[in-house]
Amino acid sequence: MSETVKKFLYVNRKAPYGTIYALEALEVVLIGAAFDQDVSMAFLDDGVFQLVKGQSTDGIGVKNFSPTFRALGDYEVTKLFVEQESLDERGLTADDLQEITYEDEDDDWEEKPSIRIVSRSEMSDVMADQDVVLSF
Amino acid sequence: MSTLHTVNKSPFSTQSLLSCLNHAKDGDAVLMIEDGVYGGAKGTGLADVVAGKAGSVSIFVLEGDIAARGIDPSRLIEGVTAVDYVGFVGLAAEHDRTQAWL
Repeated sequence: MSETVKKFLYVNRKAPYGTIYALEALEVVLIGAAFDQDVSMAFLDDGVFQLVKGQSTDGIGVKNFSPTFRALGDYEVTKLFVEQESLDERGLTADDLQEITYEDEDDDWEEKPSIRIVSRSEMSDVMADQDVVLSF
Repeated sequence: MSTLHTVNKSPFSTQSLLSCLNHAKDGDAVLMIEDGVYGGAKGTGLADVVAGKAGSVSIFVLEGDIAARGIDPSRLIEGVTAVDYVGFVGLAAEHDRTQAWL
């Protein structure tokens, strides 16, 4: 068994309910979390809609998977990069996103925010810093 | 360290090509495949954007996909190069990672 840890980025560019991509991405991230890799998620373009708070899917008969994002911290998925320009273009601010936190084991289990708002150029840097990029 | 980006949707129906070009770094390559190849044609509303990026980023279209859609290589934007499947594999091998813009 190799001990090599690779940097994986899951890129989310689609809104949550119009296609199955968003739900599938989340499933793959949770499965992938079992492999102890360095995992980050990126949310840009319509992908930022996945993190909007107050989702209620009772009226459309599909599962509301947005609460699942709050469980990611327990799987050591603690870096959720959200692109500022994508929020701006859609009339959203960071306050429109649900609060997602993790407990930092290296800092006395202090609760810290998982969402990191980055500029488009910082998002490019995040993407270029990966070993593997998986797109959804 | 560089990235090969692939785009497989028409730029006239999704933002994928634009988003890809906005995130690609100097020295990266962008390969248009499937309906993505419509973004490589001259005279479209997006041709200037693509041509403007062609200096810092290498831009390719997949030969079989342009042929299938009746796009003659002479109609490609200046600086956009057609590659075959072997070229595709070569690009994937040359770059450190591949990122699909779906």
